[in-house]
Amino acid sequence: MSFVEETGNSLLALFPQSTNVDKKSAGEPEAVEKGARRHGIMITDHAERGTAVDVFCAPEQVVAAAKIMDEIGFFLEAVTGVDWIKEDRLEVIYDYNHYGFEPCRVVIRTFISRTEPEIPTISHILPAADWHERETHDFYGIRFAGHPNLVPLLLSEDADFHPLLKDFTP
Amino acid sequence: MNEPVQCRADETFVLNLGPQHPATHGVLRVKLTMDGEYIVNAEPVLGYIHRMHEKMAEDGTFAQFMPNTARMDYLHALAYNHGYCLAVERAAGIEVPERAEYIRVITVELNRLTSHLLWWAAFLLDLGGFSPLLYAFDDREQILDLLERITGSRLTYCYFRFGGVYNDIDDVFITGTYAVIKRLRSRLPRLYHDLVTHNIILKKRITGIGILSREQARRYGCTGPVARGSGIDYDVRKNEPYSVYSEFDFEVPVYEEGDSMARYMVRMDEIEQSMRIIEQALDKLPDGPVRAKVPKILKPPAGDYWASVETARGDLGHRLVCDGGKNPYKLKLRSPTFSNLSCFGEVAEGMLLADALAFMGSLDLVIPEIDR
Repeated sequence: MSFVEETGNSLLALFPQSTNVDKKSAGEPEAVEKGARRHGIMITDHAERGTAVDVFCAPEQVVAAAKIMDEIGFFLEAVTGVDWIKEDRLEVIYDYNHYGFEPCRVVIRTFISRTEPEIPTISHILPAADWHERETHDFYGIRFAGHPNLVPLLLSEDADFHPLLKDFTP
Repeated sequence: MNEPVQCRADETFVLNLGPQHPATHGVLRVKLTMDGEYIVNAEPVLGYIHRMHEKMAEDGTFAQFMPNTARMDYLHALAYNHGYCLAVERAAGIEVPERAEYIRVITVELNRLTSHLLWWAAFLLDLGGFSPLLYAFDDREQILDLLERITGSRLTYCYFRFGGVYNDIDDVFITGTYAVIKRLRSRLPRLYHDLVTHNIILKKRITGIGILSREQARRYGCTGPVARGSGIDYDVRKNEPYSVYSEFDFEVPVYEEGDSMARYMVRMDEIEQSMRIIEQALDKLPDGPVRAKVPKILKPPAGDYWASVETARGDLGHRLVCDGGKNPYKLKLRSPTFSNLSCFGEVAEGMLLADALAFMGSLDLVIPEIDR
């Protein structure tokens, strides 16, 4: 079994057989996907996409996902958001990578509401997430519940605007 | 008469380091809670040179963002050129001619040399050694002259294009590069290693200082020389070969100690490895075009893509989200120093202030890259 498949199987623990992702609350992944998801996990071509495992989960599951990634020795590359204003929702993307020699980048994505953007923090599991979450809060206004110090990092300390939202006007 | 001020034994005070401080090499501020000379708590405060490059990417076409890439890491600008090109080429499915790939590798590695030389100079300046700066800038100047001839600029390059490079290299550049490498190689043992690396003052100053364990480096997402100084054998050029790096024979220096000296040695060894890559690339340089035919306005198909390159400071990632239009729908820039610096608070705890500055210097910070 290749390392990519092993990683995909470790992440299957997120999705117990009986429960599937609640599609209504989490929303559907983007329409342009190639390939099928097995309980929200899709193995993608690393040369084509730059990532090998693509996981789509519910917002509450990102903490469990971070725990799994931490246990199997991955590190957090970045946390970011995407504003899908037409579908009226925000996508939150976590990029993981490992230090081994088989290319296996893992992307964990979830959708949250655009009006009440809130998602649990993973900074207590991986401290790398601390600054990345603060940055994402700056740019998209996403509240990371449980974050110990969610004050502006890159924007000025009194900033109350979120420049990467598509309806932001300076 | 007033009573003299009595200090309590556990009294601490707050010390502001920066945002204008020579040791931070840019506008970085660190809020330090001090107990005498010892650091109780250190909190970096970022954002003084934040320019919102990610929003600028969304506002223009794909090609219009190209000059911005060099304004982030101004010391290794060509790697940023390269990373952005790789992301867009992956999204749009553009093939790069082989000669262009070789030229990309040669120029990126030359740029890596200048970056490491400048880090070396500035790091030693932090520690109080002035003359190394003069040697390093002498060598760096020779390389900048070469790069200026073909790219047209000295610092903020915009040399790469989607599907190749802007300009072909010529014989003057090739012979000049061989000469520069020969010169740098002859100077490294005496002017760099005898004078500085083996210097007892430097050794006492940075050996065992700022120890970052392997596990800490992973939890904070450290990459580049910072991770390799902590025993992590990770270099995007080897672990996930892009461009034509898989065709060259080079080593990835790894040191287990995790202290500032280990990070210093990683970078010094990388200078030699970069020179090896450049020599091999020049020897094997194929003929052919340097730029593929690419439409003026790119419209990559919808989807999201990741592309990583190894800059002088670590793993630079671009996450590009396309919606089929002529602008990037979203471009996330994952800069290596942002993650590398995030471990500073934890490691600096309990250190002497002067040691913390030596540790900070060994992280090789470029502030515009952190703040973006």
